[in-house]
Amino acid sequence: MTAADAFSRKKSNTEARSVRILTFKIDDRDVSAREDETILAVARQNNIYIPTLCHLDGLSERGACRLCIVEIKGSPKLVPACVTRGREGIEVITNSERIADYRRKILELIFTERNHVCSVCVSNGHCELQQLAVNLGMTHVHYDYLYPRLAIDASHERFSLDHDRCVLCLRCVRVCDEIEGAHTWDVMKRGINSRVITDLNQPWGSSSTCTGCGKCVQVCPTGALSEKGKSVAEMVKRRQFLPYLQLMRGVDRE
Amino acid sequence: MSKMRIATTWLDGCSGCHMSLLDLDDRLADMAQQIEIVYGPLVDALEFPEAVDVALVEGAVSSDADVKKVRLIRERSKILVSFGDCAVTSNVPAMRNEFRVQEVLQRGYEENVSCHGQIPGVGVPALMPQVRPVHEYVEVDVFLPGCPPPADAIFFLLSELLQGRIPDLTGKSRFGA
Repeated sequence: MTAADAFSRKKSNTEARSVRILTFKIDDRDVSAREDETILAVARQNNIYIPTLCHLDGLSERGACRLCIVEIKGSPKLVPACVTRGREGIEVITNSERIADYRRKILELIFTERNHVCSVCVSNGHCELQQLAVNLGMTHVHYDYLYPRLAIDASHERFSLDHDRCVLCLRCVRVCDEIEGAHTWDVMKRGINSRVITDLNQPWGSSSTCTGCGKCVQVCPTGALSEKGKSVAEMVKRRQFLPYLQLMRGVDRE
Repeated sequence: MSKMRIATTWLDGCSGCHMSLLDLDDRLADMAQQIEIVYGPLVDALEFPEAVDVALVEGAVSSDADVKKVRLIRERSKILVSFGDCAVTSNVPAMRNEFRVQEVLQRGYEENVSCHGQIPGVGVPALMPQVRPVHEYVEVDVFLPGCPPPADAIFFLLSELLQGRIPDLTGKSRFGA
């Protein structure tokens, strides 16, 4: 079990226990935080922007996309803010030329690894990946596009899966496991060959575990998971239920 | 002051970026005192001229003719702009990259026609094995993504170039658009 995993299984924050309060700096601002809070959470509380892609409030942290990398003064390593907790007295830098450069490179690698054709995508204009390219000032890629040949699974009655647009954030896997409790989604293979799968790599439509709740579709940051019948730019994800996720998780695990 | 010599070209794309250029409307007319369009689908010139100041290249590099064209453009232009998503990312034309050229041609010219199916081989450029973005063939000075890039972004691009600046297009346009 990874650190991130263990982290996600922590008990609800509502129970009474003594928690140490730390003080440290983010971008030269003094912040205070509970010892069990991540740098990302503390930054958000203080309205400091750190870009994220795999993170979603209410789901466990995965540390998959690495876009939230930050510097800690005195340490040569960049650390992902979503799975790193604050420590007393550290100085966190959320944006520097070095960080911006790495973030853009990560984003470019994501764009080149699959076939992200924004202009014909159902999520055009409502896509977190597309927006990140704007936010991080990415106007083109410096790597060769791979143009892999990928399948589309449209076997489900209401939803479809297009691997061309998948960024492997694994929100679908987490929401299905942690919130819906079905664990229909998982990942097969490794590295660049990784794919999200339903059941044991069976067509989604034939899945015996999928409840058809559609949470995976709504949390997907791109057009990889979409509702059928939507045309270009029509797929707007509905995330109104998200604030309740945290609550549900808290209740569930006590 | 001499006019800025602008050339535009259209490789593997849909001409939508050129439509967006025309969407500058009266701003284009206002600019006419400062610019001269010396080559492109909008004007009547057979050969790509020498000493072009700014070349707007729409479309991805898809055929051997595109490769030659884009290299000539690079040679003869001071500033080469990758103009729109096809030039920048290969976009929709690159959707054929998942298949072999022969498969694509068969599908288009034989399987999907109702009569006289025949793959053209004479007098047409040969397709490259893959469609690739412009910057994989030549140095690009400015990238303007968008499908198409909005007229405002094109206006900003040209205005900045007219002022002798390389524009910072951050936030002016995005992939897909």
